[in-house]
Amino acid sequence: MASEIYECLSKIAGIISENKDFLTELDREIGDSDHGINLARGFSAVMEKVNPEDADIGATLKKSGMTLLSKVGGASGPLYGTAYMEAGKVLAGKTELDAEGLKSAFEAAIAGIQKRGKAVKGEKTMLDAIIPAYETYSQKLSDGADMITALEAACNSAREGVEYTKTIIATKGRASYLGERSIGHQDPGATSSTLMLEAVLDVLKGK
Amino acid sequence: MVGIVIVSHSWKIAEGVCDLAHEMAQGHEGIIPAGGLEDGSIGTDAQRIADAIVEADTGDGVVILADIGSSIMSAETAIELLEDEGNNINVVIADAPIVEGTVCAVVEAAGGGSVDSVLKSAEESREASKL
Repeated sequence: MASEIYECLSKIAGIISENKDFLTELDREIGDSDHGINLARGFSAVMEKVNPEDADIGATLKKSGMTLLSKVGGASGPLYGTAYMEAGKVLAGKTELDAEGLKSAFEAAIAGIQKRGKAVKGEKTMLDAIIPAYETYSQKLSDGADMITALEAACNSAREGVEYTKTIIATKGRASYLGERSIGHQDPGATSSTLMLEAVLDVLKGK
Repeated sequence: MVGIVIVSHSWKIAEGVCDLAHEMAQGHEGIIPAGGLEDGSIGTDAQRIADAIVEADTGDGVVILADIGSSIMSAETAIELLEDEGNNINVVIADAPIVEGTVCAVVEAAGGGSVDSVLKSAEESREASKL
């Protein structure tokens, strides 16, 4: 049987590949039309590097992050690459994802993205989906919810975050050149990060 | 001699800027391109940049000149990768246009400048008027 982390990465790679054209189309509207293509290339390279028997979540995320740094090409390479590597650091040695582990991985990934992109919430980036998702996840856990319930709620917040990105002006990345014309378009990075969270939820629910 | 790494989304741009730089600083061996992805596609690759930094360094440090978008992010990632490996090369990123900055940087480097003075020369190129 394939390890949990392999299942998650494989699910993410599948969902990114299915949404390749959709993500690229979103990026064509406000960016440089490469988000879907770049991520699909990156995750297909990740799937060549990881094995179903890779059980150590931390080491596998690190390997995946390193691959994304090299193979994605656009800004999402260093951003997701750093996020995966930082999440990998806090999950080193773990073979099963638990509620607290996921929370600290979430935190580390966000800190990594912020360090790399020097962005904050409200700039029409992936953070507008991931930060609300993390806040909801964390709140639900403190309210006593289990990991899956909390992650379901987090995915809802991420989707709301994607909707929110339609209402704001981009001030980071290529979309910032468009200024007010970026309003009305959802952010490709917020969209792809929501797809990744949904993929993880799918795997955890299927166990 | 301070090494120079040219980071671009395009392999051709990185190579071309290096060719130009070599004309200005013949005999400088440490001008290294880090352009595009391994398969030739447009993009930046932090690992490729990290390898170029190591290749460019002769012990006197390295200045990076980069183009647009993810170049800076990938260059910063490359520097962290090297730090994580325990590699303590003195490497900085110049806030400068890639062609003009590189020409100024290599001239200063070939003249025996330090990382600080090479960085300063590269960044001063922003102020140079063309007309």
